[in-house]
Amino acid sequence: MEQKPFSRGLLSSEADSQRTLYPYVTGTSVVALKYKDGILMAADMGGSYGSTLRYKTVERMKSIGKHSLLGASGELSDFQEILRYLDELILYDNMWDDGNSLGPKEVHSYLTRVMYNRRNKFNPLWNSLVLGGVKNGQKYLGMVSMIGVNFEDDHVATGFGNHLARPILREEWHENLSFEDGVKLLEKCMRVLLYRDRSAVNKLQIAKITDEGVTVSQPYSLKTFWGFSAFSNPTAGAEGSW
Amino acid sequence: MTKHQANWSPYDNNGGSCVAIAGADYCVIAADTRMSTGYNILTRDYSKITKLADKCVMASSGFQADVKALQKLLAARHLIYQHQHNKQMGCPAMAQLLSNTLYYKRFFPYYSFNVLGGLDNEGKGCVYTYDAVGSYERVGYSSQGSGSTLIIPFLDNQLKSPSPLLLPVQDAITPLSESEAVDLVKTVFASATERDIYTGDKLEIVVLNAEGIQREFMDLRKD
Repeated sequence: MEQKPFSRGLLSSEADSQRTLYPYVTGTSVVALKYKDGILMAADMGGSYGSTLRYKTVERMKSIGKHSLLGASGELSDFQEILRYLDELILYDNMWDDGNSLGPKEVHSYLTRVMYNRRNKFNPLWNSLVLGGVKNGQKYLGMVSMIGVNFEDDHVATGFGNHLARPILREEWHENLSFEDGVKLLEKCMRVLLYRDRSAVNKLQIAKITDEGVTVSQPYSLKTFWGFSAFSNPTAGAEGSW
Repeated sequence: MTKHQANWSPYDNNGGSCVAIAGADYCVIAADTRMSTGYNILTRDYSKITKLADKCVMASSGFQADVKALQKLLAARHLIYQHQHNKQMGCPAMAQLLSNTLYYKRFFPYYSFNVLGGLDNEGKGCVYTYDAVGSYERVGYSSQGSGSTLIIPFLDNQLKSPSPLLLPVQDAITPLSESEAVDLVKTVFASATERDIYTGDKLEIVVLNAEGIQREFMDLRKD
């Protein structure tokens, strides 16, 4: 276990431009759940630049190897860096050419180590990652945060999804959801996020991973309803300056 | 030129409580299975207990990533020990290793609050309790984590541990039977769950005795 001596202190103001200080272009929540045949994962296609909804066609879910699907929220450039790390990992795995391939558990373990290691060097990858997959019929769904906190569960969500989607999933998720029910449940979560998360955009993808492989849907939008009478006269019943 | 303030913390508290009680020929180690961050529950089914050696089990609460790293490190060191000495590590040996490992990171600590439980070289129950930087002590019982302030006074009352300052040195091991100790642990966690928001969901109890290791679960309040 090496430890570099801290010559200037950890929070030096000198041009220590190599460290991540704040995220710049970020993705918002990712929500995922286990269903009968595998994992379903949903994420919108937005890339925010602070409060500006700058990019609206960002793919925040990517397949990794044959058995895994990675979704990310947080700094998008760090996500792209992680994809480069994983490309190399999968490349070396393929080069063994031994009929075995890294499954979701292994990829999740690798990502946990990478995130924890960067946190130890005070230069984190500013992401919350969702890793789902199926290998030999075994479903796996896990999450890693930017400081290395990781766990697996039947359903996970990042960012605002933790506050808005997880309670819905806790109430309505059950074992052996059908594909249609799983998609309906995810759409319900994404709709709530669309209404309540200001960095959400109405263009999302849902990805499915089963033993047969990964399918990422074409981008589509959710139907929303804004015709509530309370919106047409917001101050009725509570006159005021706001 | 203003000094950059870090706007992220390398630490987080993922909550939870751990307890261990040493008996004449057994040791009970227990922890809840809730993992939280802030006011959110991340998962209700996360084990804080890990088997380090045949006769040595550790329960840890605090910052989960550090706990995981610590568990991995100790498991690796145990494997090396087995290769070098052709035997399992005893509990007192593992206790010292854990202390040294924690102190190694004295200036960027593992935010991990541990209790080590197992059987000593004579087959008697032993419990070691730690702080985050490796200060440790062999005791008859201990609790760490978010509910420890609620649990320890109750254990003090029920287990009537003799003062370590008395001479001649008195045994801290409880005269309770194994099933009585397990019942006490269940009671203690049910109480801690009522008042500590970070403790709850499910209780995992591991019992180490001459027959080996047994594990049981009990539901706790989910709110």
